[in-house]
Parts: sequence; C-alpha cells; structure tokens
Amino acid sequence: MNSKKAIDNIRAGRLDKVAIDKNFSDLHPPLSRSEALIAADRCYFCYDAPCTTACPTGIDIPGFIQKIRSDNLRGSAHTILRENIMGGMCARVCPTEILCEDACVRNTHEDQPVAIGLLQRYATDPILENRTPLFERAAPSGKRVAVVGAGPAGLSCAHRLAMLGHDVVIYSRDSKAGGLNEFGIAAYKTVDNFAQREVDYILSIGGIELRNNVALGTDLTLDELCEQYDAVFLGIGLGAVNELGITDEDLVGVENAIDYIAALRQATDKSTLPVARRVLVVGGGMTAIDIAVQSKRLGAEQVTIAYRRGPEEMGASKFEQQLAQTNGVSIRHWLTPTAIHEEDGEITVELTRTKQDAQGRVEMGDETEVLQVDMVFKAIGQRLVDNGLAGLKLQRGRILVDDTQATTRDRVWAGGDCVVGGEDLTVSAVQHGKVAAIAIDRRLRHG
Amino acid sequence: MADLRSEFLGIRSPNPFWLASAPPTDKAYNVNRAFEAGWGGAVWKTLGEDPPIVNVNGPRYSALHSNERRVIGFNNIELITDRPLKTNLDEIRQIKRDWPDRALVASVMLPMNEAVWKQYIPMIEDTGADAFELNFGCPHGMSERGMGAAVGQVPEYIQMATEWCKAAATVPVIVKLTPNVTNILPPAKAAQAGGADAVSLINTINSIMRVDYDTLTMFPSTDGMGTHGGYCGQAVKPIALNMVAEIARNAATRSLTISGIGGITDWRDAVDFLALGASNVQVCTAAMVYGFKIIDDLAEGLSAFLDSKGMRSVAELVGKAVPSVTDWQYLNLNHVSKAVINQDLCIKCGRCHIVCEDTSHQAITSQVNGQRHFEVIDNECVGCNLCVSVCPVDNCITMQAVTEGIDARTGKPIVKTKANWTTHPNNPMRKAD
Repeated sequence: MNSKKAIDNIRAGRLDKVAIDKNFSDLHPPLSRSEALIAADRCYFCYDAPCTTACPTGIDIPGFIQKIRSDNLRGSAHTILRENIMGGMCARVCPTEILCEDACVRNTHEDQPVAIGLLQRYATDPILENRTPLFERAAPSGKRVAVVGAGPAGLSCAHRLAMLGHDVVIYSRDSKAGGLNEFGIAAYKTVDNFAQREVDYILSIGGIELRNNVALGTDLTLDELCEQYDAVFLGIGLGAVNELGITDEDLVGVENAIDYIAALRQATDKSTLPVARRVLVVGGGMTAIDIAVQSKRLGAEQVTIAYRRGPEEMGASKFEQQLAQTNGVSIRHWLTPTAIHEEDGEITVELTRTKQDAQGRVEMGDETEVLQVDMVFKAIGQRLVDNGLAGLKLQRGRILVDDTQATTRDRVWAGGDCVVGGEDLTVSAVQHGKVAAIAIDRRLRHG
Repeated sequence: MADLRSEFLGIRSPNPFWLASAPPTDKAYNVNRAFEAGWGGAVWKTLGEDPPIVNVNGPRYSALHSNERRVIGFNNIELITDRPLKTNLDEIRQIKRDWPDRALVASVMLPMNEAVWKQYIPMIEDTGADAFELNFGCPHGMSERGMGAAVGQVPEYIQMATEWCKAAATVPVIVKLTPNVTNILPPAKAAQAGGADAVSLINTINSIMRVDYDTLTMFPSTDGMGTHGGYCGQAVKPIALNMVAEIARNAATRSLTISGIGGITDWRDAVDFLALGASNVQVCTAAMVYGFKIIDDLAEGLSAFLDSKGMRSVAELVGKAVPSVTDWQYLNLNHVSKAVINQDLCIKCGRCHIVCEDTSHQAITSQVNGQRHFEVIDNECVGCNLCVSVCPVDNCITMQAVTEGIDARTGKPIVKTKANWTTHPNNPMRKAD
C-alpha cells in the first residue's frame, strides 16, 4: 500500500516555506488608519440600522463606526465587544456578505457596502494587542457556574458571567481553549495566533478558571456538574463527523477535513504538512471550502469539491465559493461519491450524478464518473456526541433550548453548534453564550 | 462656448477669475505659473512700508478637514509681504510687461498717515499695475498695528484712507472689506463715500482652529503659543455670499462694483457670487489646496454653464439672483411646501426620520404596515427642508409646493394671494393691507 508512488503523491514541501507563508498570510490585511477613515466615512449612520439588525449579536455598527471617525478607538472597541466579546474573531471570520454587509443601505445606493468587517477589526485589534481592559467584574455573587466547552459559546458565556460577578470553571476537552477558532477555520483568516490572544483577553477579566483535557461523558458527568455548581452551560459543539455511508471510507487517504484542518492550524511550520497531489473534497459548507483552499495553498495540484446539490444550496457563502474558485479549486455540483477503492496508494472514487426529486430531495441519477485522487476529505457536516447529556431533550440530533438558551433540564443552559438552531457561525455561538449568561444571572439572583 | 472675457472697472482679463492677494501671488515665480495655467488676473500679495514686516518661522496655516481629509476650512497667520518693496515693484513691472492681457492689481496696506500714502501710491502705480486694492481686511497681526481689519472695522478710517489713495492714484481703487463686522453696509458705504471704484469681499474671519489634544494648548502654535488667524475656504462661502448680496441689493450701495471672494472652489461657487452681484471673483484657498490647475474647471465649468443658460457673456449672469434676495418680513407666508420622498431612490437609511423625529416635527414615518418605510406625514410637515439637507441621496427628497386644496397640517385652504409679516395679524406693528 505505501508504495513509492503513494509516498510521492502525498508529501510535504510541495511549495517552499516562503510560498507557504505567503499563502497563509492574512486573507484580508488590516486597514491602515487612512483606509479606515475613508471606509468609515462611507457609513450613513442609519437610524435603526439594518446592519445592526442583521448582526446576530446586535452590535451597534453605526455607533462603533462613528467612533472610528473621531479616533475614539477605545470607545469603538467597547461598543463592539460589549455585545460580542469575540468581535475580533468575528471581524475575521463572519460571513459579513450574508450578514451586516448584506444589509448595508449602500448596496442599494452603489452596490458596495461599508467594509464593516474590516472596520470592526481596525477598532478591536489595538485593544487585543495591548490587552486594554474594557470590562470590570461586578461585586462577587458567591455563585459558581460550570461551562463545558471552550469554544466561542463557552468563552462568551464565561466572560459575561464573570462580568456579572459569578465565578466560572471552563472544562475543555482540548489541550487549549478556543474551540473551532483555534482548531477549525482556515489559517489565513486568523493569523498570528489571534485565537489564543483573544482567549487570553477574554480570560484576563478574572474569575474564570480553565481546565483543559476534560471531556464530558468520559471525565465528568452532567449530574456531577449539576451537583457541584449553581448552574451549567454546555457549549460542546458537534464532536463527531458525518460519514459518507459508503463502504471502505476508512481507507488510508480518506480523512475527516476537520482533523486535517486542526493539524494544519496547530502546525508551526506548514511546509512540513503532507499534502496530496490530487484532492477530492466532499461537501458544500465552509469546512469544505476551507480544506479545499488550504490544500491548494499547501501545493496540491488538483483540488475538486464534489457537492450533491447546486450552488444556491451550498452552506458556504457566495464569497467563499468565489474564494475557492479564484484559488483554482474546481467546484462540481450535483455529484456525490458512491464507491471508493484504493490501489497502490491511488484512490479511485466513483461519483454519481445527483438530481432533485419533486419534493426537493436529492436522488441518485444514472450517470457515473470516475475520479482518481490521492486523498479524499470528508466535509459533510458534524453531529452531536450525545454521550453524557442525561436528562436533556434532543431534537433532530441537537439539544433543545428555549429563547434564553435554557435546556429541558433545570439549571442547565446550552448554546453554539450543539443546540437546535445552532448556525455553525462563531457570531451566533457568541450570542448564545451571552444570552445564556444573562439568563443564568437572572436565575441565580432572583431564583 | 460663452465668452469669458471680463472687464472689471475697465480692466480687461481673459476670464473673471483672479487670484486673490495672498501667498500664491507673493512672487513673480508664482504669478508667472498662475498666468501660464490660465488665471485671468492676480492681486499681488499686499505691499507695505519698508522695511518689510517679518513672518513667523513656524506654522502659518492650518485646516479644518472633513473626515476624508478634504480641506473645508483654512486658517492663516501670515502677514503681508515680507520682501523689500523694491523687489516686489520690480517683479510687478516685469510681470505686467510679460502678461499685458492679464489683470494685475497691487494690494496695499499702509498706516493711517496721509503722507505715507502720498509717498507710496505713485511709486507703486509706476509699475504699471492696473489698479489698487486696499487691504482693510487682514484680521491678524497687522490689525494690532492699526492696519488691516483695524481700519476696515471703522467706517471713518475706511473713508479717510480711500480718499488719500484716490487723491494719489490715477488708476481705479478697490477697497477690500473685512467680514469681522456686524453689518457690512457701513464699511461699504464708507468706501463709496471715500470714492472707491469697487469693493472686494470678504477678507478672512477671526479664527482659532482647535487645541492640541495632547498638550491642551492652542493648535497650531509657535513654540507653545498661538494667535488667532484669518479663516477662509469653502466653509466661509455662505458668509461671503450674504455680505456680497447685502451690498448688491441695498439702494445706497448697489451701484458699487463688487469683486467676490470667499471659498470659491469650483465653477458653481463662482456662479453664486456672480449671480448675487459680483462682477468677477477672486480665489486663494482652492489654489493653495489644489494648485493652479483648478482654473481649468473654473473656466470651462463657468463657460459651459453660461452656454446651458443661453448667456453669451459673464456680464449677463452678474446680479441675476439679486432681486430674489429680500428681508424675512417680505417672505410669502401663504406659501406652503412639503417634502416628498421618492421611494424609488430611497435607500432606507432612515436619517430623515430620525432627525425629524428627534429635532423637528415628527413628520416622517419609520415603518408602514410593519415594514421599514420612510414617508412624509403631510399633517405634520412644515416644509422645513431638514430631511432634504441630511438625505445622502441626491434628489431623493425634494420640497414641492402645494398649489391648491387644503394644507393637511393647518387645515387651511391654499391661497394664491401673497401675504407677509408686515400685514400679518400676529404682528403688533403690522401695516394696514
């Protein structure tokens, strides 16, 4: 199996370090002051601004932009971070083209929105850089809250709880905090170890203890947490990966995209990562785009995305799809793998044309084609690991919550990707954590 | 193309755009470049007695910027020319010889001493300069020595010095007025009484730009101390236009020829001044901000505008708008206008709503049937024009006259007859109809 050919087709160093560093530099470089002032000047300071309505965390966008105009960056950052403590990361990874920037009235005027994402980064970068404290803790409440999961939902919840005077212990199953900000997300969207710097900033408020390498279900149970703490927040994400549902998909060379991305994110020298010559990515979401583009930027010669529906149904935004295309990734729609073989390190994938039935469901067509690749990445979504969620009602495989993020179990709240309505977006997870923290605070203070 | 050739007090220039007396006209080098670029004339940087004054060796200028760093207001503390008189006179003579078709005016500032005027005026006129402009306007530095605005603020002094100049000069005399007065008419009348052939206005306005936010001292400063300067640029245009129009429409002063100055940056600004009674215009700040090349747009734009109006010369435009300027008491109180929002152009920013809601008459909706929608409520709209002023989209909101039916706000019928405050029943000093 591990013949010479196979080794040659999956190897590190397809590009030299200089090229790799360039490929993994900032996708959207930060604005200079003069660029920011020009961009900020385009904001009309709308009444009841549509961008704010479109923001899942409800940031007062015209407000923070006006403060950029007056060089009041501290005030601007405070306006952002008081609604979204991960405003720095969201400035980098939010699909603004379907959120705030899509709602910008400038689109009606001239088809070019205010660069809200870049302005948000301009306002927040100096605060994170200098670790300027903007938030203070309220008087201690004497209450303790357990937060399970150190991703955006958990960190957001913990920060707000700490602000409100409660003591928090975060349990992270990983070796460090950050969740998908640290282990997922394309590297060129969050350079210079930004995810950890943001975690450090969030924890610097005090009152938050981080315990790494502790997983719910194996190392601790929900019952224990409910016994030891006044309240529990679950921000555990989706721990398992969906399978293709075809035989032999655990072949060497067939990998989960999120595992490879995690390894890529943790690699200090990306030129040491083995990358295939020919790559097939199966899926149509952000993860599919992230793995496809990063493979290409690591030096893969031929990268194909196979998605079983059309461009409109892709989970990846139009911007992301274009990013893949401009990076030389070929996106093939209405195509799904139905068989997979490996011989001498070369993987042969049989792909079947799909179509939509009258109810809009995907059904198999008759045509097939064969694609020869060296590596296949599965990026068809993740699912909840329901291990250790005793007493919680699930719906369609996710935790059921009300509009305060309360689960069906008393004193347990949940948010982020693991709940029904989770949107696979950092910004939504942050909002869930914030909303839950406010609800927990109310409960702890007023019963 | 319309003929831009201009004749001001008999002084001919290829167009009505002169450079105002200021740093751009301080030396032959600059004036040469200006004439090469196409400027119609130049008023030389103000001449004074020898020995020449001195200037500070530090910031002389500073600007009020828009957010995108466009200069919208400009301040200076530079004094009159700091070069020996002879140097200036030699250069004026040479420039006039080299550019006989351009207007070249000598700006002068002399102390309130008739003998000095008698001594200097003939000497300066000997250069061949087409006219004198008397600087009774600079508000900084020289005014502390009893010249500039210190003269322009006292009508009696204006008249006296104008008379001295007229007595010593054979060429026309233009009196440049300071805006640092509460009413521009007494200085204009004094200039007229002194025999001035024309007035030019405005000179700069007393100003302090800001403080330094680090040191909390005046900014800019000369070694930690600052002094007020003279303010100019686009921001002062409305002040200048009012003063020009006041002189142009006042029975006692309307015969004065006016050279309009104050924030002229593009051809539309020139149209404003000309239509409100100026016979030509002078420019300084725009040239100092963009260089002499702006004359292209000024001249071509004005010419194209005249063509579009079917006017063959600048003279046809001069004073056209003056009859439309009046006192508040004569405005027709029976007239009703209301704002109308063009929904096809509206981008739904909501600025009109929030300013009307917060600061005016609560006359614009924010929602209709649960949808974001901005529409004028005729029952509340007083026609104030605030929404038009803040709307970021050109022509999206317009004021439209209501010419028949009932005013939805007052419930009163619209009448064609005019009625103003002078006869209004609420006016305790009303006159009989």
